[in-house]
Amino acid sequence: MLTAVLIGTSCSLLGSFLILRKSVMIGDAISHSVLPGIVLAFIFTEERAALPILIGAAVFGVLTTMFIQFLQRKSNVQEGAAIGISFTFFFALGVIMIALSTGGNVDIDQDCVLFGEIASTYLDKIFVNGYFVGTRSILTIAPVLLIVILFVVFGMKGLRLTSFNEDYAKALGINVNAWNYALLMLVSITAVLSFEAVGAVLVVGFLTIPPASAYLITNNLSKMLWLSVVFTLLSAVGGTLLALTLDVTISGMIVSVAGILFLLTWSGKIIMTKSKKIEKLSEV
Amino acid sequence: MISLEAHNLTVAYDKVPVLWDIDFELPTGKIIGIIGPNGSGKTTLLKTIMGLIKPASGYVKVFEQDLDEVRQRVAYVPQRESVDWDFPASVQDVVEMGRYRKNSLFRRLTQTDKEIVANAIEKVKLTAFKDRQISQLSGGQQQRVFIARALAQGADIFFMDEPFVGVDATTETAILDLLTTMRDEGKTVVIVHHDLQTVSGYFDHLVLLNTRVIACGPTAEVLTQENLSNAYGGQLTLLSKIQSIIKEKEFPIREKGFEKR
Amino acid sequence: MNNLLEFFSFTNPTVRTVVLGTVLIAVCSSIVGTYTYLRKRSLVGDVVAHAIFPGICLGFVLSGSKNPIFLMLGAIAAGWIALVLMDAIVAKTKLKTDTAQAFILTFFFGLGTVFLAYIQKSGSAAQTGLHDFLLGKAANITQFDLAVFGVISLLLILLVLTYYKVFKLISFNEDYAASLGYNVKFYRFLLTTMTVVAVAVGIQAVGVVLMSALLITPAATARLWTHKLQHLMLIAGIFGALSGIFGAYVSYAAVNMPTGPWFVVFLTFFALLSIFIAPKNGILSKLKQKRINANKINRENVLKTFYNLMEHGAEQINTQLILEKRSFVPRVLEATLHKLKHQGLVQRKGNIYSLTEEGMVEAKRVVRLHRLWELYLTKRMNYKEDHIHGLAESMEHIITPEIEKDLLKELDYPTQDPHQSKIPY
Repeated sequence: MLTAVLIGTSCSLLGSFLILRKSVMIGDAISHSVLPGIVLAFIFTEERAALPILIGAAVFGVLTTMFIQFLQRKSNVQEGAAIGISFTFFFALGVIMIALSTGGNVDIDQDCVLFGEIASTYLDKIFVNGYFVGTRSILTIAPVLLIVILFVVFGMKGLRLTSFNEDYAKALGINVNAWNYALLMLVSITAVLSFEAVGAVLVVGFLTIPPASAYLITNNLSKMLWLSVVFTLLSAVGGTLLALTLDVTISGMIVSVAGILFLLTWSGKIIMTKSKKIEKLSEV
Repeated sequence: MISLEAHNLTVAYDKVPVLWDIDFELPTGKIIGIIGPNGSGKTTLLKTIMGLIKPASGYVKVFEQDLDEVRQRVAYVPQRESVDWDFPASVQDVVEMGRYRKNSLFRRLTQTDKEIVANAIEKVKLTAFKDRQISQLSGGQQQRVFIARALAQGADIFFMDEPFVGVDATTETAILDLLTTMRDEGKTVVIVHHDLQTVSGYFDHLVLLNTRVIACGPTAEVLTQENLSNAYGGQLTLLSKIQSIIKEKEFPIREKGFEKR
Repeated sequence: MNNLLEFFSFTNPTVRTVVLGTVLIAVCSSIVGTYTYLRKRSLVGDVVAHAIFPGICLGFVLSGSKNPIFLMLGAIAAGWIALVLMDAIVAKTKLKTDTAQAFILTFFFGLGTVFLAYIQKSGSAAQTGLHDFLLGKAANITQFDLAVFGVISLLLILLVLTYYKVFKLISFNEDYAASLGYNVKFYRFLLTTMTVVAVAVGIQAVGVVLMSALLITPAATARLWTHKLQHLMLIAGIFGALSGIFGAYVSYAAVNMPTGPWFVVFLTFFALLSIFIAPKNGILSKLKQKRINANKINRENVLKTFYNLMEHGAEQINTQLILEKRSFVPRVLEATLHKLKHQGLVQRKGNIYSLTEEGMVEAKRVVRLHRLWELYLTKRMNYKEDHIHGLAESMEHIITPEIEKDLLKELDYPTQDPHQSKIPY
């Protein structure tokens, strides 16, 4: 559950900006395309060391964005199509690499890639001098979350400006591309860490759904960030408890709960505006 | 003194050359209109000045210097439709962006910054709305937010892209009053504008544009029947034919090394 | 090598089934994909592919069997609900399309994983069929699957043939189609249903994640080769089918190789190949066009320099004189002169070059275009005299004979350019 909360928080902070930049599907693409990076890191280091995996992920994250831009610029492929071509290609490469090295040291399979399982991460405990300090996934995710939080807090101005009005930022002489890549790089790193816990698809749910719910009910950026964290917490706790009671997949349940929360928020909002309208009418 | 100089400026947009070897100079302390028919390259010109598009040849100088050296003195007001107004931000938030600087992006805004921002909001008469979310503003109010943001920059020259589009009459006069005050303080305001009817009332100086500069000078001198029919009357069919050939065959619009003659 | 022969002789019945199956799937998705691509809804395929997952699970639970027909029905229902909900989010909230897509995609997929876990827990023996649906099972296509794919492909093709014109119109411009009195809603419904069906079929070959490649990549590749809708579908279908066959071959020849990912890799390979070699839009042909342009410009500049030199009374023209008149890279000048000589436009005696009769005609043409354009710039476009030369320098190479005719007519066959030089005819 702690793993889910950490991943979720990191995802929802980054996802908020993806939504505002209208590049959610690029986040989706990246979360799939980092697969070959992970596999390569496994093959070369023959262990599940965190650093090579992060590097592999960051490299493939940037490669994906570049590939998407290449398709768009060099052959006028529509953005959506460019995204679709890129991530399926990289994902396919990843799956092939897995197949190539089966029997070797790679212990991920397509199932794991697709679904992930948070519960299994808790088996991987790390002990220092005989004391239990946490599971490995928590220990890798915590520093990343810290970086994400620092990035969002200190980069707030830059993120706000470049997300709202790119041309204006450029006119102020700000390096818009650098901000863009920094954000996407963090997305790919987070995606990779979430991979074994929640799988490629559900990462996107963590990235999108809580911030989307938050965006529905607020018009203030910092409130949106706070609320999306709250939604993440609710879905993580609620999802885990429900999953344990029903004995089903935790990550899938968390995303389902998040989705239901979105639908509830949305209908709540509709009811609110309707009743407001009625009030206004009755006043008249 | 010259506020802006364009020299031998040729700019292509999506491979089609839209500005062909244009030359002009603008004075300081004036309200200047850039006018011309649709597709005449007005917005392209503004974006080139702001460094958002790279020209195929020629250059633009602001206050006789490269843009990068005088960015602090230059403010840009993009078209209102160019951004998503559903963005979660208040009037205050957006105007504060005018105080963001390249090298102080990670620092907090100072007290002086806050005062300048409050002042800018006051000038566009939005103080009562300063905590209002931008999605809840009218078109005219949104436009004023953009202008306040430019004001907060403390610039000497302002480039505005169609600030009167989709704006109510009150805002229009409010903006005009503001522009006049700014001019009287010695600021230069350059405005891309498409409504011919209001031109003579708004601007001191005009650039009449249609792929090339047809006329540039004080409004009365530029606004002649002859100039206008040159700019608006009679489509140059030959020109558009050539433009499409250039796009299709990707011919270079400028050749290098022909200086000797 | 043995593998290759064995595979492509199609004697092995399994091979036959697999190949036929992937080809059918490729054809279905290519046809439907062309429409989604043209309607700029490429990622909808991705959304549908994920969204049908819970539908398949429910279909399984409700019917209690893994009969593909029931699963398909569940899939179609779920795909439909997903798309309706997605459109509602875009229309009714401030969320944009990309967010709505990602929301639907992950929410439905999340629900699906929950259902699947539930089914697995209840331990039905037949649940393995569900996995095939998700991860693709191109290598294990059965005769029965083949029959289902065949019927569906036939249906899709029939639909496209029947409504070809309307679909074309709607993909091009929905508003216009509506103004002509077509029931746009109905046809949109039809197209969407076709997408859902094609996805439900294709997903069995490559799995959830890679499905969108089957829809998008062939259509985007074909778009580089042609502008015509019917050719678009044909080319997309061919690329799709080829990739499917190659993918099937790789997984046949190499142990443990999955078909689906190779299918996608071949699709992307064809796409990249096309980006390079496609006529007109390909990178190579663009480079070639650039080289042709550069050569043309060089040749014409040399010819023009000859004319200018002769105009000023020069008689013995050598390379040095040309270089004094105009800056060329000396090596380029040599090469260009050589080419001109080869074309019979220039002749050489010792170090002295001169224009042939044909060369003179060509040189005159270039100078004429230059001067005509200068005149056009001053007369029609109010350029000052000190600005026109540069523009005319590039325009003289661009103006076609057709435009020259228009130009002459518009300027009323002038004899002098703005610098008072004679315009040669």
